[in-house]
Amino acid sequence: MVPAPDYIPLINLPRPIEAVAVIAVYLGFVSVVAMFFIWWERKVSAHMQSRLGPMRVGGWHGWSQSLADGLKLLSKEDLIPDEADRPLFRIAPYLAFVPAFAAFAVLPFSAKFAFVDVSITVVLIFGILALEVLGVILGGWASNSKWSLYGAMREACQIVSYEIPLGLAVLTPVLTVGSLSLVDISIDQGGGIHRWLAFRNPFLFVSFGVFFIASLAANKRAPFDLPESESELVAGFHTEYSGMRFAMFFFAEYAAMFLIGGLAALLYLGGWYDPFGIVLHMEHTPSLVWWAALAGAGIFVVKAFTMVFVQMWLRWTLPRLRIDQVLYMCVKVLLPLACVNLLGVALWAWLFPGGAAQLAVQIVLTVIGAGGAGAFLAILVWAMFFRGRGITVSMLKPWTNLLHRTESK
Amino acid sequence: MLDRDESRTTASLIIPDPVDVDVTRDDAAGVDSDVMTEEMLVNMGPQHPSTHGVLRVVLRTDGEMVLEATPHVGYLHRCAEKIGENLQYFQFIPYTDRMDYLAGMNNNLAFALAVEKLAGLEVPERAQYIRVIFAEMNRIASHLVSMGTYGLDLGAFTPFLYAFRERELILDLFEAACGARLTYSYITVGGVTDDIPAGWLERCVEFLDYFEPKIKEYNDLLSYNHIFIKRTANVGVIPPDRAIAWGLSGPVLRGSGVAWDLRKATPDLVYGRMDFEVCTGKGRMGAVGDCWDRYFVRIEEMEQSVRIVRQCIDQIGGAAGGHKAKMPKILKPPAGETYYGIENPRGELGFLVISDGTAVPYRVKARGPSFCNLAILNEVATDCLLADVPAIVGSIDVVMGEVDR
Repeated sequence: MVPAPDYIPLINLPRPIEAVAVIAVYLGFVSVVAMFFIWWERKVSAHMQSRLGPMRVGGWHGWSQSLADGLKLLSKEDLIPDEADRPLFRIAPYLAFVPAFAAFAVLPFSAKFAFVDVSITVVLIFGILALEVLGVILGGWASNSKWSLYGAMREACQIVSYEIPLGLAVLTPVLTVGSLSLVDISIDQGGGIHRWLAFRNPFLFVSFGVFFIASLAANKRAPFDLPESESELVAGFHTEYSGMRFAMFFFAEYAAMFLIGGLAALLYLGGWYDPFGIVLHMEHTPSLVWWAALAGAGIFVVKAFTMVFVQMWLRWTLPRLRIDQVLYMCVKVLLPLACVNLLGVALWAWLFPGGAAQLAVQIVLTVIGAGGAGAFLAILVWAMFFRGRGITVSMLKPWTNLLHRTESK
Repeated sequence: MLDRDESRTTASLIIPDPVDVDVTRDDAAGVDSDVMTEEMLVNMGPQHPSTHGVLRVVLRTDGEMVLEATPHVGYLHRCAEKIGENLQYFQFIPYTDRMDYLAGMNNNLAFALAVEKLAGLEVPERAQYIRVIFAEMNRIASHLVSMGTYGLDLGAFTPFLYAFRERELILDLFEAACGARLTYSYITVGGVTDDIPAGWLERCVEFLDYFEPKIKEYNDLLSYNHIFIKRTANVGVIPPDRAIAWGLSGPVLRGSGVAWDLRKATPDLVYGRMDFEVCTGKGRMGAVGDCWDRYFVRIEEMEQSVRIVRQCIDQIGGAAGGHKAKMPKILKPPAGETYYGIENPRGELGFLVISDGTAVPYRVKARGPSFCNLAILNEVATDCLLADVPAIVGSIDVVMGEVDR
C-alpha cells in the first residue's frame, strides 16, 4: 500500500470560523454544481434530441437559465393541497434535501481537500443517502394524492431492492483496501491507471458495474426513475409539490447525482489520481503538495462529471423499466452477482496477495476497461464525422444526432 | 371524484361478459390471500400525461396491479356530426380535419370519397394520384407521432423528438402544397383544392430519400431496445379472434396477425396499381398481438407508405386530367344513402352520408377507428401492472379528437 501523505487541515483558523467557512464553501459549491447540472442536463438532452436547449437567459448558451428558474420557483405561490398532512408535507422536501447536501461534508476531493475524514466515511455516506428516501416517501404520503402515494410506494419498493446489492458492491473496494475511509481507499489507487480498483481484479471490475446500476436506482435516474415516472404517475411523489418545495426535491436529485458520480470515482476509478501517476508523484514532492491537491481536486471533479454525464446519457436514451423488472433485476441478478463478487474479492486477496500474477491481471483488465472506453470514444468521434456517409452506429445514436440539424436542411 | 353509478353503467355497456372479468380479479387476489390489501380506484385522466389528450380511464387497482380499466370518453365532444347536417357538403371538409387531427388528409379523403360516391362524381386520374401521395405522406406523419409518443409513454424521450423532426419536413411539404400544417382541407369534394406546386415532387423524393434510412435508426434506438421489448412484448395481447370480434381495424387489427387492409380489400383511387404489402404482427418478440407487434406494424407501414409514394411519383406524369373534377356550383347529390370507408392511419374511417336531394346533407355519421379500437381497452388492460396501462393505451394509438368528434 502506498503510504498516505500527511493530512493537514486546509486553513488554520479558530474552530467556529473555520466551520462556518467550510460550510459556506461547501453549500455554495454544491448549489452551484446542482444548478450547473440542471442547465447541463438540459443542454445535453437538447443536443441529443437535435435541439438547442436554453439559449437566451444570461447570454452565452443560456448559462443562467437555472438561476432564473430558481428565482421563478422561489417567487411562486406556496401551495399545500387541502387534504394534505401539512407538517409532513412541509418537512418532506427538507428531509430529501438535507441528506443530499450533508453527504458532501465527508466527500474528499483530494488528499488535502478532505474537510471531514472520519474512519467510517463509506458507511456514513450511505447512511445519509438512505435518509433521502425518507423524504421522498414522506412527501408522497403527505400529499394525500393517489399518484404521489404510488410514487412513494415505488420508492419504498425500490430501496429494499437496490440497497443490498449497492451495499455489497461498495464492500468490495472496502475489503480490498482494508479501510472504510474514502481518503484511504482513494490513496490506495494512486500511481497509475492499473491501480484503480475497477481494474484491480475481475470481481472488482464486475462489482463496478453492479455499483453503477444500483446507484442509478438509488438516485432515481432512468431507467429506474419509477418513483417519479412521468408517463405513468404524472410526476410521482412530487406531483403535488410546487415552488421552492419542488425545487428542493429537484436540487436534492442533482446534488445526489454528483455524489454518486464522485463515489464511483473514489471507490473504483482512482479517486483524484490521474491515469499516469503524476499526481501521486506530486504529492510526494514537498514543494508541489498544494498543486497536487488542486490538480487532484480537478481530476476528481472531471471524473465525477463524466459519471454524471453517463447518467444523463442513459436517461435520454433508455425507456423506463417496470417495477417488477426493477425488483427482478436488483434481487435476482444484481444481488447474487454482488455476493459472488464479495466472495471472489476475498478469495482473490487470499490467493494473490500481490506479485507478478496480480500485476498481469491488472494490466489485462486495464486494457479491457480503459481500452474499451477509449475505443468507444474513438467510434463515437468517427461516427460523428462520417455520419453523412451512411455509417450508423446504433449505440451512439443520441450523440451522433448532433449533426442532424444541418443535415436535414 | 368518481361517480359510481356512471362507472357501473359504462362498464356494463362495454364489457361483453362481466363474469369473465370477475373471475380474473379473483385469481389475482388469490395470489396474495394472506396479505390484506384494499382496492383503490384511481382516476387516470382526463388530464394525464399519457392518455393522449382527454381520455379518462378509471382504474381499479390493487397495489401496482390493475384489476380493471374502464375508459370514459366525451371530454372533447363538439357535435361534429350534427354540424354536418347544417352545412353544404364541401363546407364540412374542415370539420373532418379536426376529428383525427394527426391525419387530416385521410379524414378529408374519406368524406370526399363518400360524397363523390353519393353524387356519382368522377375524379380525374391526376387528382387521384395526388390524393394517394398526400394520404400516404400523412400516414407516415401520423405513424411518426404514434411511434414517438409511444416511446414517451414508456419513458424514452428522445425518439419522440426524432419523430417530430421528420414529421416537420412532411408538414413543410404539406404547407408548400396547401398552406396549412395541421388542418389542411386540401383534399376536397371532386379532387384537391390546388394542383401541387412546381418542384414539389422533387422535394418529396428528396424527403423520401432522407427518411428511409431514418426508419432503421428508430429500430436501433427504440424498436429493438432491450428494455423497450421487455416493456411491450407479451403485454396487452389481443388474440386475432378477439380483435375481429371487437371490430378493430388498422394497425391494432393487423398487429394481431389479421391481414386486413382496406387499401387492398377495396382498392379505391389508384391503390390497385400500387405494389405494397399488408404488414401484420408476427409475434417476433412475444405472443402475436402484443404491444410490440402493434407498434412494429406502424414502423413497417411507414416503409410501405414510402414505397407507395415513390410509385405514385413515378406514375403521376402519365396521369390524365387536372386536379379537380368539373363540379356544379352547388352540389346537390340525388336523394339516397351511402357509406364509404378508407384505411386511415388508425384503421377504417368511414362516413355514412344521407342526402335528401338538397345542398345540405340529411345526416352525416362517422365511423372512427380510434373510437372503435378504444373499446377493447377494458378487456386488454385487466390484470396488468399500472405501468402497462400507458403501454396498452399508447399501442392502441387513439386520437381523442376523433373518439369524441
